[in-house]
Amino acid sequence: MAGAGWEHFHHVADIGVRGHGATVEEAFVQAALALTAVIADPETISPTISVSVQCEAPEPDLLLVDWLNAIIYEMAVRSMLFSRFAVTISGQRLTGRAWGERVEVARHRPAVEVKGATYTALRVAEEDGRWLAQCVVDV
Amino acid sequence: MDLNLFTRHDAYRWQINPRGRMRVPAVIFADEQLIREMDDKVYEQVTNVATLPGIVQASYAMPDAHWGYGFPIGGVAAFDPDEGGVVSAGGVGFDISCGVRTMTTSLAAGEVLARQQEVAIALARAIPAGVGSTGGLRLDAREMDAMLAGGARWAVAQGYGTREDLLRIEEGGRMSGAVPEEVSDHAKKRQRDEMGTLGSGNHYLEVQQVMDIYDPGAAALFGLRTGEVVISIHCGSRGLGHQIGTEFMKRMAMAASRYGIQLPDRELACAPINSPDGQAYLGAMRAAINCALANREILTHLTREAFTDLFPRAELMLLYDVSHNTCKLEEHEVEGRRRHLYIHRKGATRAFGPGHAELPEIYRDSGQPVLIGGTMGTESYILAGTAASESQAFSSACHGAGRAMSRHAALKKWRGRQLVDELAGRGILIRSPSSRGVAEEAPGAYKDVSAVVEAAHQAGLAKKVARVEPLICIKG
Repeated sequence: MAGAGWEHFHHVADIGVRGHGATVEEAFVQAALALTAVIADPETISPTISVSVQCEAPEPDLLLVDWLNAIIYEMAVRSMLFSRFAVTISGQRLTGRAWGERVEVARHRPAVEVKGATYTALRVAEEDGRWLAQCVVDV
Repeated sequence: MDLNLFTRHDAYRWQINPRGRMRVPAVIFADEQLIREMDDKVYEQVTNVATLPGIVQASYAMPDAHWGYGFPIGGVAAFDPDEGGVVSAGGVGFDISCGVRTMTTSLAAGEVLARQQEVAIALARAIPAGVGSTGGLRLDAREMDAMLAGGARWAVAQGYGTREDLLRIEEGGRMSGAVPEEVSDHAKKRQRDEMGTLGSGNHYLEVQQVMDIYDPGAAALFGLRTGEVVISIHCGSRGLGHQIGTEFMKRMAMAASRYGIQLPDRELACAPINSPDGQAYLGAMRAAINCALANREILTHLTREAFTDLFPRAELMLLYDVSHNTCKLEEHEVEGRRRHLYIHRKGATRAFGPGHAELPEIYRDSGQPVLIGGTMGTESYILAGTAASESQAFSSACHGAGRAMSRHAALKKWRGRQLVDELAGRGILIRSPSSRGVAEEAPGAYKDVSAVVEAAHQAGLAKKVARVEPLICIKG
């Protein structure tokens, strides 16, 4: 499969989110889209309001968990859903931006809240020239 | 799982003898079919827990065990602080103090069934549920700290629930030792609008009918009568608990090596109980327990308001409130010696037997009520702690049906609308803001709760008291 994309993978009680792309940043962006898709269809979410996010971690995989947890936090405290993301990683530091809108139950039909991103099935790696970023999220 | 991996002690007790870095054996309580069908990950996780410093006696898994985070869901483990014992954020879980409470109503099922639609609509209106829902009260910084220190007692002082309720909640409605200052601003901010909300996922409010009584003596003490209606609420500490879980998981994972702890799995993130990180977590986790107790008390108040509007003569009495994601300091007997141990129950219910000093007077003879949530299409159970359960797994029992199928697979197999219609055909009304959420929680995605409860009963973890079936389910 070429290009960037996302998918969900199996976990018996919860759900795995996986992003892939040409760069680690692209894989992080796709993993965030997979996270949104756990809750609602990203196509229904209009990217009208932007929120900036910063995090720092000693390892790329821990940085992925922090990035997804930062998005989960912003969704919770702002009652928002996001459908567009941008990520820059420099060393241990991630600077990100998420675009979205406030939750509207009738239009977004949100299925479930995400409690947190976890270290289960956590992986950030380059394989055959493509980056993969994945973990299980607790719902 | 492969049965050859175990030494079988009796029909319901399967042991894994210590090997590698395991400090104690691992024990799974289940019947043969449950253990055959149990996720292999339970084996890995229950043995990983057995490697943690200061673990006492054994690492246990309940009959509803499935793949969790570090600990299996359904995991029970005790740690001695004087032997380097640890406290683990993964061993408590993200939804700190998630639990179940049940109220009796003294109404006959017929009375409620005659107005079933009306009741479902009233409850769905009264109970904020699902993604983005907010509660009716917003706490400022001072009130937030008071709630985190006071739990359900704080809620009662604010006019939610009654003083009588407090006797029927673990810890008398207030977990002592909570340190609101150890709860981050992020966690408090996440809770600001979420007091008195149900949440989503497997959380629910159910109106149920008592179908069978197995232990008439205990049922009489619990106020349970065949054919009457009870109401159960399943939810936890909402965003605050989730945020504390997230933050301490990272903090403990990064601190473990500093304490010389080798983690077989990062999700087993832990710190010595007698360490600054361990103490900080305990303070924050206890505050989250209070948040969950306050939240369920507020939901109880909202339920009572909605119910007594429709049935003025109904008296909604709290039967009991149990938390199944906790770490608590308790006194237990190990090899003839009383010891103070930190008991982790991750997806497991405390089940103190008759006469236990921590039980309220009303339940001294029956043992602690153990509330087991099933699925919206099947049944739930009410059990009681037994004297024997102390010698099994530190007075612990199962907590629910336990998932057997992923949300992903459930979504492929069922459609929410179709399930709602099917259940309506069987007389069960489902109200949920999300039909996809209903599909993910399909009854078929869970283990057979009756088999789980039977195994708990036969293993002596708790004894069956009553079986209830759903009439109305409000899902998040």
